[in-house]
Amino acid sequence: MTVQPFHRSQADMVPERAAPVTTVGVIGWLRTNLFSSWINAAFTLIALYLLWLIVPALIDWAFVNADIAGDNRFACKSSGACWAWVDQRIDQFLYGFYTAEQTWRVDVAVLLLIPALAPLLFEGVPFARQLRWFSLAYPVVASFLLVGGIGLEGVPTDQFGGFMLNLTVGLAGIVLSLPIGILLALGRRSRLPIIRMLCIGFIEIVRGVPLITLLFVSNIILPIFLPPDVTVDSLIRVIVMVTAFASAYMAEVIRGGLQAIPRGQYEAAQALGLRYWQSMGLIVLPQALKISIPGIVNTFIGLFKDTTLVIIIGLFDILGIGNAMVAHPDWQGLSTEAYVFIALFFFVACFSMSRYSIHLEKRLDTERRY
Amino acid sequence: MADATPDATPDAAPAAAGDPTQEYRRIITIEGLNKWFGSFHVLRDIDLIVERQEKIVICGPSGSGKSTLIRCINRLEDHQEGRIVIDGTELTHDLKNIDTIRREVGMVFQQFNLFPHLTVLENLCIAPIWVRKTPRDEAEALAHRYLERVKIPEQVDKYPGQLSGGQQQRVAIARSLCMQPNIMLFDEPTSALDPEMIKEVLDVMVDLAESGMTMLVVTHEMGFASQVADRVIFMDQGQIVEQNTPSEFFNNPQSDRTKLFLSQILDK
Amino acid sequence: MAQNASARLTGRPGWQRLWSDERTRGLIYQLLVVLGLALVVAFIVSNTIANLQRAGLASGFGFLFDQAFFDINQRLIEYSSTSTFGRALIVGMLNTVLVSAMGIVAATAIGFVAGILRLSPNFLLSRMVGAYVEITRNVPLLLQIIFWWVLLSGLPKVRDSLSIGDSVFLSNRGVRLPAPLFEPGFEWVAGAALAGIVAAVFVARWARRRQEISGQRFPVGWAGLALIAGLPVLVYLSAGSPLAWDVPEPTRFNFRGGFNVTPELVALWIALSTYTGAFISEIVRAGILSVSKGQTEAAGALGLRPGQTMRLVVIPQALRVIIPPLTSQYLNLTKNSSLAIAIGYQDLVSIGGTILNQSGQALEVVGIWMVVYLGLSLLTSMFMNWYNRKIALVER
Repeated sequence: MTVQPFHRSQADMVPERAAPVTTVGVIGWLRTNLFSSWINAAFTLIALYLLWLIVPALIDWAFVNADIAGDNRFACKSSGACWAWVDQRIDQFLYGFYTAEQTWRVDVAVLLLIPALAPLLFEGVPFARQLRWFSLAYPVVASFLLVGGIGLEGVPTDQFGGFMLNLTVGLAGIVLSLPIGILLALGRRSRLPIIRMLCIGFIEIVRGVPLITLLFVSNIILPIFLPPDVTVDSLIRVIVMVTAFASAYMAEVIRGGLQAIPRGQYEAAQALGLRYWQSMGLIVLPQALKISIPGIVNTFIGLFKDTTLVIIIGLFDILGIGNAMVAHPDWQGLSTEAYVFIALFFFVACFSMSRYSIHLEKRLDTERRY
Repeated sequence: MADATPDATPDAAPAAAGDPTQEYRRIITIEGLNKWFGSFHVLRDIDLIVERQEKIVICGPSGSGKSTLIRCINRLEDHQEGRIVIDGTELTHDLKNIDTIRREVGMVFQQFNLFPHLTVLENLCIAPIWVRKTPRDEAEALAHRYLERVKIPEQVDKYPGQLSGGQQQRVAIARSLCMQPNIMLFDEPTSALDPEMIKEVLDVMVDLAESGMTMLVVTHEMGFASQVADRVIFMDQGQIVEQNTPSEFFNNPQSDRTKLFLSQILDK
Repeated sequence: MAQNASARLTGRPGWQRLWSDERTRGLIYQLLVVLGLALVVAFIVSNTIANLQRAGLASGFGFLFDQAFFDINQRLIEYSSTSTFGRALIVGMLNTVLVSAMGIVAATAIGFVAGILRLSPNFLLSRMVGAYVEITRNVPLLLQIIFWWVLLSGLPKVRDSLSIGDSVFLSNRGVRLPAPLFEPGFEWVAGAALAGIVAAVFVARWARRRQEISGQRFPVGWAGLALIAGLPVLVYLSAGSPLAWDVPEPTRFNFRGGFNVTPELVALWIALSTYTGAFISEIVRAGILSVSKGQTEAAGALGLRPGQTMRLVVIPQALRVIIPPLTSQYLNLTKNSSLAIAIGYQDLVSIGGTILNQSGQALEVVGIWMVVYLGLSLLTSMFMNWYNRKIALVER
């Protein structure tokens, strides 16, 4: 075979050319994303048809043809949604039966969540070190604000309701279940057989039964277990059971984190002479908890949605308030409006949390790679 | 250390022995050591006496039990039979003795095992502060001194992930030294390193050896062995097959296993 | 040896020696925990006994044989208000199993379809599926169950019920379906269907072996279809069509004929399957994405067609990633079916709650709940573990 010698001088170099219109720009995007094949084109058309059916109707219902003013459902005359109740009932949806002049305390507690959570969830927050102390103190500050006491007018917990009740139960459950979950996770990995068995038993039993049965336990069984003259606030009983429930899930999330820490970390800590609790507290848990944060956030999302279950044992969270409103003669039949409204609250909260957790997972993933 | 010596007085202690100076020179005494992983007999009848300031290189094929042996010395593994006495303290189930010995014995791992969530300085200070209860500024001064010694004083505020493998291993050595141990164990310290980084770590180890540290080094770096070691121990199938001075060991191996091993290693 | 060593540790009092020995220290810790637990249990038991005595309640499961004076409209076995509490609980348990099984099947179907569609190159399609997934996942299930139930209750009355082909009717009473009436000779059809399935399995095995030996392919799909569908149809026709349908007929207030699926069951079923389906779709998506692109490319380079690549390369590997979290979704669905109580679908928890109110036997009822749910969890995970092992073997 003979070789044909060839070379190209600088002047002969092929210049860069724009790509054909069919592969770039709007047309290219349409071609690759919507019409890459006949089947795909068919899917696109079906999807467009569905959108055309749903979206305008939805907008019409929710905005264009909606009524927003009036004292009762009879004031709503148009074919769309009736939002007239929002103005009158919004306080109940948010604060339940919380004393009206005191609702600013709920607002403050919610606002304070921002500085309390920021140093835990984001990096590069200014004054992170000092703010972490505030994060630790937050549960106490928030309970003081909500319940009252020294200097603040007391608000009985049976006035807690609406979205504020969902937040209280969810946050209390997650905050309290974190330390318990850590202990359970460590116990499950303990070399002491009795402690290990007890932890496994607790975790698996709690994870094996529905939350409702545990709420029934809080409502019916807990009073039987306590001395006859002792009565425990029903909100506290709910929080106790929700905490027990969340701890079991938390324990499994943290166990996953612990398992991801290489054995060498434990060994290096031991070889330096650190004791068990020292090496856990200083070396293993800080790393394990960091990689568990996405899982913890996901557990919280689940728990937060589950706080609506309190209606089954007679508390009035936002869903309970909604149900009550729908049953009220003034607003009877506005269930779609009420449920869509409530769904929005949860959607905004849970969707943003799940985005955050996905973002964090990706960041941890790249960090681990380097 | 001082608080535990009166309680734990093994036979090797000066009072019980004939020649006090010789007994004093022994820093590690291992007698009849046997260990099983499940049914696998990983260490068989190991007897080993290490004197103060002695440098011992342990080599052998993988799975020969050499890592397990040095991991038994600071109780990362427990043994089922035999005795291990470190500087007058016997390793038993007694947690006080284990604490004493771990304070006395430093260890460097193949995978460095630096704590990735702590800066270099924090990595170095954590054990002195929490185990030795050294005041923080003293611990930091100590840390700076040892970083100087392993020749990376400028990395003090970095995180381990930002360092090269060789630098990480040198930080790991400094971290062990900050506990001011009498004995240093090295478990294949250069095996996870890229070739160009091996020398910087070996240099630090040679420097350490010259300062008079007692060292047990599991390694296949035969150059290091002949330069530094007082004794080379060859292990196979969980037992000590041969031990000798480096020159005799390399030039005049006695056992067939040693010869085979050396031929494989030196071919590389 | 160890005893010798500790015996040599003189100079320290015995309790100190015990405390500093890692083995005895472990024992002491555990003893303390057991002791603490025993105290708590003793406290609870004594309180319980006192409380029960005060309330004049006898503990024990004897109440299960007492008559339950309530009705259950959704039932799979014979039950009337003269039946016992025990039988009522069994009805409830079967209802839990029924809605869970229906939910699992539907959620799996929805989840796999949505998961695959979400990976579609079609921008619109994947975004729309994404919207479904995010909306259902991020709204409380209880809200969704109530929403569907209210929606179904808002359907027209029987008189104006919506019909599909005049045989299926949607109304505020639920869904009315034609009921099959089996006439003599139908057992032959059922037998033929069974025989067809067995034969199809054998053909598939034979075809695979033949392909392994000779490389010749056999149209397994068509042959299987012919056996599974064709055989029963043939028998059905030759036996003189031994199946009739009891088609429901709307009257003024109710239906005549057919069988009814309550709106509660339908609402619960829709909510559970769309909710869990959204989670499963994420699992399926992650499972497929976990199979590296290199695998698809390698299969393509070997000349496998896209369908074959999916079936032979991607899915077996993806299933390994999918099955463990899928199991826990099935368990979640089963547990979540207990939300039935909110809309009055009479599952185990709902019926248990009624019994609890009537008899006051709280401890026993809650105990039964827990045992049943734990049992169901155990069964599901055992089945999925078995399946997982089978897949792992096939893969090798």
